[in-house]
Amino acid sequence: MLTASHLPACAGVGFKPVHASDILASPQPVGFFEVHAENYMGAGGPPHAQLTALRERYALSVHGVGLSIGSMRPLDRAHLARLKRLCDRYQPESFSEHLAWSSHDDIYFNDLLPLPYTQETLARIIEHVDEVQTVLGRQMLLENPATYLRFSESTIPEVDFLNQVAEHTGCGLLLDINNVFVSATNHDSEPLAYLDSFPLDRVREIHLGGHAEETDDVGAPLLIDTHGSPISAGVWALYKHVITRTGSIATLIEWDNDIPDWPTLRAEAAMAQDVLSTASRLSAA
Amino acid sequence: MPASFQTSFADALLDADRPIPHGVTAHNAASPARRFAVYRNNVVSSLVKALGRRFPVVEQLVGAEFFAAMARVFVTEQPPRSPLLATYGDGFPAFVATFAPARDLPYLADVARLEAARTRAYHAADAAPVGADRFAKLDYEVAGDLRIAMHPSAEIVRSPFPIVTIWAMNSGEQQLAPLENWRGEDALVARPLLDVQVRTLPPGGAAFLLALATGRSIGEATEAALADDPDFDLTCNLAGLIGSGLARDIIIPEPKGRRQP
Repeated sequence: MLTASHLPACAGVGFKPVHASDILASPQPVGFFEVHAENYMGAGGPPHAQLTALRERYALSVHGVGLSIGSMRPLDRAHLARLKRLCDRYQPESFSEHLAWSSHDDIYFNDLLPLPYTQETLARIIEHVDEVQTVLGRQMLLENPATYLRFSESTIPEVDFLNQVAEHTGCGLLLDINNVFVSATNHDSEPLAYLDSFPLDRVREIHLGGHAEETDDVGAPLLIDTHGSPISAGVWALYKHVITRTGSIATLIEWDNDIPDWPTLRAEAAMAQDVLSTASRLSAA
Repeated sequence: MPASFQTSFADALLDADRPIPHGVTAHNAASPARRFAVYRNNVVSSLVKALGRRFPVVEQLVGAEFFAAMARVFVTEQPPRSPLLATYGDGFPAFVATFAPARDLPYLADVARLEAARTRAYHAADAAPVGADRFAKLDYEVAGDLRIAMHPSAEIVRSPFPIVTIWAMNSGEQQLAPLENWRGEDALVARPLLDVQVRTLPPGGAAFLLALATGRSIGEATEAALADDPDFDLTCNLAGLIGSGLARDIIIPEPKGRRQP
C-alpha cells in the first residue's frame, strides 16, 4: 500500500536557505514548505541541519527536479535510491516530480525538457511513475510542464496524457497554473479550456510562480517559466477559477530566481491563503 | 522510433551549431529556432550560474563577463554527469589551469581549487570533533604512535601563490589591500561544525596533515613535515589540529605487550 500524498490544504512556500533565519526565528503563517530534493542529497552540513529544523515545525513537500521521469531510457536507479533515502529520513507529506526529462546519455541538462505525447512515451512514463512509487512506497504527484515548442509526432493532448498516467499508476497530479498560463500563451491555446478538461479531482497540490515575457521567431509573445517575479494577474485569475471549483488545495508559491526578502514571499503566500480561505467559507456557507 | 527525439534534442542542446531537432514545431513556425534557443539558453546559463555560485571569488577576480565566457566553454566541454549540482565543477579548477585566456592570472586555478574544497566541506558528512580534553588525557609516551582519524570535511590545498589571502580579500572576509608578501600559502579547509573554515597552515603543516590523513602516525607525520619544511613546529601544529576541530577520532595503538609475536 502506497502512502498517499497528504499536504495540508493551505498556502506554502518554496524554502530558500537565505530565508532560514527569518523563518526559524518565529512561527510563520505558512502551511508547508517545499524543497528541491537534489539540494539535500549531500552527506551532511547546513542543508540537513536547516531541513531538520524546518521539518520539526512544518509540513514538508519534497519536489524532485532531477529524476528525468520523461526519459525514454531507464530511470537512474542510484538517483532513485537517493530520493528514497531522503524521503525515508524526512518523511515528507508529499513527493512530486515533473512530466519532463533532464538527463540523456549520462549528461544532466539542469532543465525540464519536453517530450512528445504518444502511446510510446505514455507507456514509458507509466512504467517510470510505477517504479518511483514502488521504490518510495509513496504516491507521487506528477507536474504538468511549461513548454516552448511542440512535437509534430504528438498524438495525445497533454491533459489526456497526464490523466492516463494518473489512471494507470494511481499517482496524483501537481497542477502548476503558471505552467498552464505559459504553455497556453506559447501555443496560442485557451488556458481555461485546458483547466476545464483537467482532472481536478486528481490534483493534490497547486504551484503558482512568476514568468518572464519574450518574443518568438515571428515576434509573437513567448513566456518563459522563470520563477523570478511576482505571480501575474492572469495566473491569479486562473487560480481563483480552479479553487472555486475544487475547494482548498495545498498551494505553493515558487520563487527560485531573484529571490525577494521573506516578507515579500510571505505576502504572496498570504494572497493564496486568502483565495483558499474564501473558498472554504463559501463551501461552508 | 524509440528515444530518437531525445538523442537529437540532447545533441542540439549543447551544440549551437547543430540545426534544431527534426519534429520540433510551433503553432506559428515550422522550425522555431528561437523557441529551441530557450532550452539551449536555460541549460547553458543555469549551469554557468551554478558554477558562479560555487566559484564566486574566481568570478570576482576575472569579472562576470570573462567568467561567463570561461564557464560556457567548460559547460559545453564537461557538462554535469549527475543531477547533484552542488558538486558540479570538481573539474573546473583543472580546466581553469589550462584555459589560455586566463594565463595572466596563474593563481586563478588554485583559488578555484580552494573554492571547490569549500563546497565539498559544506556538504561533507557531519562528525563531532574530538575535544581538547581527550588530547589532554593522553599518555605522552605513546603520543608519537597515535593516529588521527581526520574530520570528513577537512581538505588541504597547497599553492605557490597566496591563495588564502587572495580568497579572503575577495570574499569579504578580509579588507582589500595591496599584497605585500607575495608567497605561497597552504590552505586548510574544514567544517568541524556548521561553518566552513579556511586557514593558512604554518610551515610543514600541510605535509603533516596530509600524512595524518593517509593513516600515518603522529611520529611519522612529524618526520614528513620536517622533511617538507625544517621550520615545522609540532606543538603549534598539534594545537592547531585540536583547536580547528580537525580530529574526528584518536586511534591509540595497542600496548606492545599484548601484540602477537
